[in-house]
Amino acid sequence: MHGKTQNQMGWLFVLPVVALVAFNAVIPLMAVVNYSVQETFGNNMFFFEGVKWFEQVLHSDRFHASLGRQLVFSGIILAIEVPLGVAIALAMPRRGVWVSVCLVLMALPLLIPWNVVGAMWNIFALPDIGMLGRFINDLGFNFNYTQQPISAWATLIAMDVWHWTSLVVLLAYAGLSAIPDAYYQAAKIDGASAWAVFRYIQLPKMRRVLTIAILLRFMDSFNIHTEPFVLTGGGPGNATTLLSIDLVKIALGQFDLGPAAAMSIIYFLIILLLSWIFYAVMTRDEEQ
Amino acid sequence: MAKINLENIRHSYLKRPQGPQDWALQQLDLEWTDGGAYALLGPSGCGKTTLLNIISGLVRPSEGRVLFDGIDLTERPADRRHIAQVFQFPVVYDTMTVWENLAFPLRNRGLAAAEIEQRVQAIAQMLDLTEMLQKRAAGLTADGKQKISLGRGLVRADVNVIMFDEPLTVIDPHLKWQLRSKLKELHQRTRRTMIYVTHDQTEALTFAEQVVVMHEGSVVQVGSPIDLFERPRHTFVGHFIGSPGMNILPCEVGDGGVLFAGQRIDVENRPTVPLNGRRTEIGVRPEFVLLDERGIPVQIIKVSDAGRYRIVEARCGENPIKLLLEEGVAVPAGNAGVRFDPAHTRLYADGQLLE
Repeated sequence: MHGKTQNQMGWLFVLPVVALVAFNAVIPLMAVVNYSVQETFGNNMFFFEGVKWFEQVLHSDRFHASLGRQLVFSGIILAIEVPLGVAIALAMPRRGVWVSVCLVLMALPLLIPWNVVGAMWNIFALPDIGMLGRFINDLGFNFNYTQQPISAWATLIAMDVWHWTSLVVLLAYAGLSAIPDAYYQAAKIDGASAWAVFRYIQLPKMRRVLTIAILLRFMDSFNIHTEPFVLTGGGPGNATTLLSIDLVKIALGQFDLGPAAAMSIIYFLIILLLSWIFYAVMTRDEEQ
Repeated sequence: MAKINLENIRHSYLKRPQGPQDWALQQLDLEWTDGGAYALLGPSGCGKTTLLNIISGLVRPSEGRVLFDGIDLTERPADRRHIAQVFQFPVVYDTMTVWENLAFPLRNRGLAAAEIEQRVQAIAQMLDLTEMLQKRAAGLTADGKQKISLGRGLVRADVNVIMFDEPLTVIDPHLKWQLRSKLKELHQRTRRTMIYVTHDQTEALTFAEQVVVMHEGSVVQVGSPIDLFERPRHTFVGHFIGSPGMNILPCEVGDGGVLFAGQRIDVENRPTVPLNGRRTEIGVRPEFVLLDERGIPVQIIKVSDAGRYRIVEARCGENPIKLLLEEGVAVPAGNAGVRFDPAHTRLYADGQLLE
């Protein structure tokens, strides 16, 4: 590097971070990699198997089915939460005392732990004694999440939308608040319609925060485990056996550590790849 | 195209204004003739942006009426007043090209495609944007973006007045000058009414035919740049315009005429009414303070070089007096004497010029 002094002391300062990252990410990940290429028996006996588990997972119908369910689930979650979050953010007041009230109300669901949300909705949607489940049945619909896949999915989606739309709302609201008044005034003078203001000012200005919102919601929904686990444990049948439910079944239920480790790595790579695609698509115009 | 009248306009941002300090804009009447180039000049917080926004319709005045060609538009919002406004920070629609930006106000008003194309091309040519029409507006420099903001106003045929709210704030110094000349040129070509808000006297005096000087929510003088320099009607104008500003010196007015530092001063405007109890001052620009050994005794404090002339700071008792000396004139050190050019020395009472 021209004009820069080499200072070995620098390494000393990054050492704590390197150690931290090693302990919380690299070492566990390497352990998983280690399992994924070996057959494990009792008494700590290990036999090297190469990429056998990877091939097995990639060719298994069970994995394809879970992955398919997972993709559909994340797709539905994004398709509901992002537009809904933006719409709520647009409807929120921009100034005055109601701003704080709205922000606190919006933040509340985010403070509730996953398993509590699962338990809440589990009871709320019970067809016989749950307020929501009973109400839907009284309306004449046959709703029972322990028996019908549709009911289970609807409950799961409602739960996630209730829990996490706020995150999109808060991010979108932050993006909207950052738009200077002059943009709205200029648009007014230019005779822009409300739709044009949204399309040409608000949406482009929210682009960065929405990128973050979409990435976070994608990754989180793709990793979802607690809610379906608490609701039906992946049922009825395999209807809500999403990837992480399936993974835990293989790893801890069947104790197939090799295939589970291989599946973990594939799972991780899929999230990485899809996140990268989202990011690349949403930021592609910015480099011009 | 229209003549704009402000009648008994007064504005406060508070719901229940109490004293005069609660009014962002004190009561005023103003007329803007069609096709004029105006500057609205004053320090930050003097109410110039408020006044501008009242004309454009972005702010509804607490009191008074806004008339365009005699028609009361006070209640009419900005998009229905046929005005255009350029803001301090450039506003462009990031996702559109330059062409789409310029066409946007016309498309919103439902013009035919052929007419839009023709107008956009004409305006782009005027603003030297033709080369960039197909570029994304987001990629332009600040001055290019500011040109687009202006172009969106010029492209419309129905615009009565184009307003500029400190449009050169974020422009590089060497481009400021270019853009300013461009504005002047555009005004001469289009003869649209333009109102230019600024706190920079150079910008105001070079752009405008008429300058409206504001101070603490009031209009203190409307006049040509020469008027403002030669006959400031308020001590604030004298002090604010000119570099360095006018000397404002407390004086006594009695039977013996105008007295400053015990000496009689000849002034251009003689008091015709008694000035009992009013605060009286004389105003004289540094350009019209002359060295004279037999004049008012002063002490020279500091001399600074300002290119073709030097600024001499002197003191007479408690009162600082500035004068300008051309290059080559000897500057006396220590004690000296000065006199004021009677044709350019005026008497002010409570800050107002006596007429």
